[in-house]
Amino acid sequence: MSGLDDAFAACKAARRAAFIPFLMAGDPSPAATLDLIGALVAGGADVLELGVPFSDPIADGPVNQRAAARALASGTTLAAVLDLVARTRLRHEVPVVLFTYFNPVLAMGVAEFATRASESGVDGVLCLDLPPEEAASGFAGALGDAGLDPVFLLAPTSTAARMKAVGKLARGFVYYVSRTGVTGARETLAPELARELAAVRRRVRHPLAVGFGISTPEQVARVGALADGVVVGSALVRLVEEHGAGAAGPLAAEVRRLSAPLRRGRKRR
Amino acid sequence: MAERGKQGYFGDFGGTFVPETLMAPLAELARAYDKLSRRRAFRRELDDLLAHYAGRPTPLYHARRLSDRLGGARIFLKREDLLHTGAHKLNNALGQALLAREMGKERIIAETGAGQHGVATATAAALFGQRCTVYMGEEDMRRQRPNVDRMRLLGAEVAGVDGGSRTLKDAINEALRDWVTNVRDTHYVLGSVLGPEPYPRMVRDFHEVIGREAALQLAKQAGRRAPDLAIACVGGGSNALGLFTAFLGRPEVRLIGVEAGGRGAGLGDHAARFRGGRIGVLHGTRTWLLQDGDGQIAPTHSVSAGLDYPAVGPEHAHLRDIGRVEYTVATDAEAVAAFHTLAETEGILPALESAHAVAEACRRAPALSASRVILVNLSGRGDKDLESVRAWDLAAAESER
Repeated sequence: MSGLDDAFAACKAARRAAFIPFLMAGDPSPAATLDLIGALVAGGADVLELGVPFSDPIADGPVNQRAAARALASGTTLAAVLDLVARTRLRHEVPVVLFTYFNPVLAMGVAEFATRASESGVDGVLCLDLPPEEAASGFAGALGDAGLDPVFLLAPTSTAARMKAVGKLARGFVYYVSRTGVTGARETLAPELARELAAVRRRVRHPLAVGFGISTPEQVARVGALADGVVVGSALVRLVEEHGAGAAGPLAAEVRRLSAPLRRGRKRR
Repeated sequence: MAERGKQGYFGDFGGTFVPETLMAPLAELARAYDKLSRRRAFRRELDDLLAHYAGRPTPLYHARRLSDRLGGARIFLKREDLLHTGAHKLNNALGQALLAREMGKERIIAETGAGQHGVATATAAALFGQRCTVYMGEEDMRRQRPNVDRMRLLGAEVAGVDGGSRTLKDAINEALRDWVTNVRDTHYVLGSVLGPEPYPRMVRDFHEVIGREAALQLAKQAGRRAPDLAIACVGGGSNALGLFTAFLGRPEVRLIGVEAGGRGAGLGDHAARFRGGRIGVLHGTRTWLLQDGDGQIAPTHSVSAGLDYPAVGPEHAHLRDIGRVEYTVATDAEAVAAFHTLAETEGILPALESAHAVAEACRRAPALSASRVILVNLSGRGDKDLESVRAWDLAAAESER
């Protein structure tokens, strides 16, 4: 059982979905992120998703693009993110998933990255621009050898065959993109979400976390009733943009507010 | 990482490095392209448009005064600058717009650097009655103003991109973000031999007519079916593959790609991926990239917006790997000098992109005998660059003073 398996199993036992907040590592600085992670944990994070800043984030909306630019400006490299995770590990047990683009990983070297990430205490890695076809020939194996979970995306455009391929290669959980598009808050959730998730569940046995566009307690409640995990990103990143290194208080409060619907107890599906 | 012969790969380069949302649509695009490109009616409609709308075949021109001035090899120019809209880009834009129509996509989007691909796509969209949005970096909008006006007159929406370096790379980022959001009703007309499978091979196929025509024209005009040297500039590398592909199987033809040497050899001062880059992944493909030690994409510089891009098409990376194509650079100064030389000797204003290829021809011709033939792809015309050239000449005159 990996750290991610344990976290999802614990939430399942508590008959609720996991709350998974996202922050961009190094925004506004690596030291500040360490404090902000403390706030996420205090607010009720079950799993942490940490973004690795990249110069050309094609799957991200404006909020996360600006966060990546701030993180890069503060000198945040992939090595610095791994160091940040190692320091997080000294304080918190919450599992950490890195949310990254492939090129920084490739620049470090896939095997080198897997070893160092594992030593730092990373639990899983999601490469946004590395679909199972490209991950199968080295990346997924290198992560597995290092005891890390390769996490993959599924999307509303994914075919049944793709769901099966992801189900075969993924470990820990599968991240379902709630609608076609880039990261960032949306006013409404896709009405087809329930049907789409049911279709994924028929082919994928892993816990399903849903993200992209979730920013209100109502949306968390609705997605939490359907999925095993709810990812909230841009809504939190926006608070960091507004408050900078002083975002800890507002972040903890927002995580508490957004995750509250999951803690009120409910029947699973 | 990569396996040879794998779908979408050229040796170790290429692939499909995109977010999951685009994977199924890309597979659908590849299937549609493979089916349609084999269908005779599709081929016929495209050929008909290329002949009667776009103006193919484009002339092959023996540049005698330029050759005489250099004193050496005979230089032939493949006049893609005379194609409708003023560059080779229309070959691909027409092909993809036709494909989009067949796939039932009502909206097309594109990125553009110099504006030539944007103009070509806006033109095709007007012709087929498609809605069209073109993403363009704000720095490029400033330096290629006439093309911005042309796109708008053709009915396209030109969306300025103010992120990153505000050039071609950032326009592609934004086009990909649009596509990932609107993929169900939108086709992304990528403008070079870049990006995920099937774009690199599809865009190459739409341009391969350039070299095929040139071979036939050389037979008539120079008494031989192949040149000794074929030279083209390489940004993403579509005009180069358009010229080279017909000659790949003839080892006696030396193929030379010219990257943008910019204003110096330091990272950020040029766009010479093979000189200052390393292998990486950007915009869906594994290829040579200008990047820093941490895998962040480096800024680039070139006087020509169309070459100002940190990655090179994956097939070029492969052709270099196997030693079939040589890659060299021309600096900003050499390109502008070649622009003037061609204007003065032949009455042709080349695009600054194409001027890089002309510069390489000027360098090579004097060392070769008059029995030798150099074929240069004059991929675009230079009307869009008058402002850039004027500014360059002004700055040069200032620094001399």
